[in-house]
Amino acid sequence: MSGSVIKVRGLTKRFGAVAAVDGVDFDIPDGSTVALLGGNGAGKTTTLSMLLGLLLPSAGTIEVLGEDMLRHRHRVLPLMNFSSPYVDMPHRLTVEQNLMVYGRLYGVAKPRARLREVAADLAIDSLLKRETGDLSSGQKTRVAIAKALLNRPQLLLLDEPTASLDPDTADWVRTYLQDYQRRAGATILLASHNMGEVERMCGGILMMKEGRIVDRGSPAELISRYGRQNMEEVFLHIARQPSAAAVAQ
Amino acid sequence: MTALPVFSPAAAAAFSAQRVAALVLRHLYLLRGSWTRILELAYWPTMQMILWGFISQFFVTNSTWVAQAAGVLIAAVLLWDVVFRGQLGVSISFLEELWSRNLASLFVSPLRPYEMVLGLLVMSTIRTLIGVVPPALLAIPMYHYSVFSMGLPLLAFFVNLLMMGWGMGLLIAGLVMRHGLAAESLAWVAVFALAPLSGIYYPISVLPPWLQYVAWALPSSHVFEGMRAVMFEGVFRYDLLAMAVALNLFYIALGAGAFLYAFRLARIRGLLLKSGE
Repeated sequence: MSGSVIKVRGLTKRFGAVAAVDGVDFDIPDGSTVALLGGNGAGKTTTLSMLLGLLLPSAGTIEVLGEDMLRHRHRVLPLMNFSSPYVDMPHRLTVEQNLMVYGRLYGVAKPRARLREVAADLAIDSLLKRETGDLSSGQKTRVAIAKALLNRPQLLLLDEPTASLDPDTADWVRTYLQDYQRRAGATILLASHNMGEVERMCGGILMMKEGRIVDRGSPAELISRYGRQNMEEVFLHIARQPSAAAVAQ
Repeated sequence: MTALPVFSPAAAAAFSAQRVAALVLRHLYLLRGSWTRILELAYWPTMQMILWGFISQFFVTNSTWVAQAAGVLIAAVLLWDVVFRGQLGVSISFLEELWSRNLASLFVSPLRPYEMVLGLLVMSTIRTLIGVVPPALLAIPMYHYSVFSMGLPLLAFFVNLLMMGWGMGLLIAGLVMRHGLAAESLAWVAVFALAPLSGIYYPISVLPPWLQYVAWALPSSHVFEGMRAVMFEGVFRYDLLAMAVALNLFYIALGAGAFLYAFRLARIRGLLLKSGE
């Protein structure tokens, strides 16, 4: 695997004349936590979707856990998982039923035992018998993370993992994810708009704008490079720079 | 934390009956959790059977054709519901995934598209049996007619009509994946375009000659002609059965192809993440 869990080269996605992702290259080292940052429409979700195989690229290559995602994604999907507040689970099923279904879909050995283990870890035991549609958004997020950890993924893709959580629960989830990452030696790629979260959790940052990676580095490197106090300021600086297209005009 | 089992990429990529069973389990949980859903499955076929049962009772004394085989209209309505329920069983099960915005989660799991197709077909069979068996049983005390008296031919008719429903259901699921929930009404209405051509309650010879060519392209026409041959002449027409099977294989291949093509198109256009209400 040569130390990289994800290797992306020349990744491009065009929708008609618009390039949502435009020739992106990056590597995600094994066991790291990396953030994909950028404003709305920067290409983060499109990139994540291509990494997951939900979206076919217009050009470029994606290698995940040593496999070509475009040709053999079903070889690696059991080793990955994904969580996003914008993707749901069936509302009329109880939390336990949903987790059982996903445990079986991921081929988890002894799914009921694993379900109990994850439920205890994420403190959702009391929610297991409740219908998923009846949960608050914070509870839903915890259940979605439980689903994402059922198969003990080596690679975890998270789209805004703490969106809609109160500060206390969000802090708890971050601590849990960091702990999981350390225990399992997993790799995490997350898209987030919460710069405090990024500084705390991530060793690396890929900064996207208009479908391109415009900068990369550790939070400390980026803060130093732009002469700012924190990632929030770095983010605003990059986001407010004139776009390449505007400069060309 | 317990140790991971040895992981084999090739095994993970191969067909998995466990994943098909997981998808079926998801829909069984849904059915089990709502008696109204189960009732709804059997409600319409039962109402249809009751209506056509009374019409049959009237025709038995007023129509020499129906008098020759008193249960022909009841058998016809029950068997036609197999097509409708079979089609709905596929398309509604698929729509459930869209309504609950679950499609993206399913397709980032190891579930393969053809495993989803198999899961939908299993659910279609279960939903169809729940829909048509209760009215078939109810017809026995109500009208003293048992569709089961047809014997083995009934199984052949049931399987063929179910397969026809599968072909249609997969085609509709593909269209819904391509066009979104704007196309969902197809699930409720599409099958009725074929009803006049299927010879459910009358022989195909009733249709204008040019329309008969269209009718014979449908598996259902062969099945209902075969049903009347059994009920009126006591003959099982293997030629009609063979044609129905051949046509069904063609239409299922077409439906599955359309579904898988729509899935690929959805991956190109980014429709899987956008699916849902």
